[in-house]
Amino acid sequence: MADMNRGNRPLSPHITIYKPQMTSMTSIFVRITGNALLVAALMIVWWFLAASSGPDAFATADAVLRSWFGDLVLFLSVWALWYHTLGGLRHLIWDNGYGLDLQSSYTMGYIMIGGSVVLTIVIAIIV
Amino acid sequence: MSFMTDRKRAVGLGSAKSGTEHHWSMMVSSTALLILMPLFVFTFGYALGRPYEEVIAYYRQPLPALIAALTFAVGFYHFKGGVQVLIEDYVHGFARKLLIIAMICLSIAAAAAGVFAVARIAI
Repeated sequence: MADMNRGNRPLSPHITIYKPQMTSMTSIFVRITGNALLVAALMIVWWFLAASSGPDAFATADAVLRSWFGDLVLFLSVWALWYHTLGGLRHLIWDNGYGLDLQSSYTMGYIMIGGSVVLTIVIAIIV
Repeated sequence: MSFMTDRKRAVGLGSAKSGTEHHWSMMVSSTALLILMPLFVFTFGYALGRPYEEVIAYYRQPLPALIAALTFAVGFYHFKGGVQVLIEDYVHGFARKLLIIAMICLSIAAAAAGVFAVARIAI
């Protein structure tokens, strides 16, 4: 009946055989960066909690955040933050019905990639 | 083999009817974070790397403290909504429910810890 041939048909979106495109990759990276930001967010909350506890606790947390590992996480997170911010801005533009054609999607995608790198370097220099 | 028709199988599996509200809450929080996040990056970036006394003195000021507290509250609220969609897309069955509950608890706990810490320093 309706169950015939269920379970062995190829199902959309054929993610494993689909050619990666700039539009699909910029989209999936918005998701990856957004969720990966949890790591830095929890580290920063820990830093604030330690600062509110006293000098000894602060020294421990501060040392971790300023170690090479903390530096790496925070630097990558600044890029992730800018990328996700520009990606979110693109979604807000899309939500209002603008830029939904392919050309605009590509243009905004390149702005996201380039803009996030430039802004990360700017922040790294200023901060 | 069951004799259910496609229609019978689909009946009752409607939308959760809260998608619009979820989307709107993400739009509101992302717009707020568009303003908060750059402010937080600059204020936190200024404080990080300074000695303990300077950090405490800096976050005793109302503006840096307010930016940090709001960023924690809105940021983890936004994360709660985003990670829920991530889990719904890739995790199924009981593990999905468990993971969503865990992430809601983590988001609220982290936001509360962050706001509490800032308040304790500032006041």
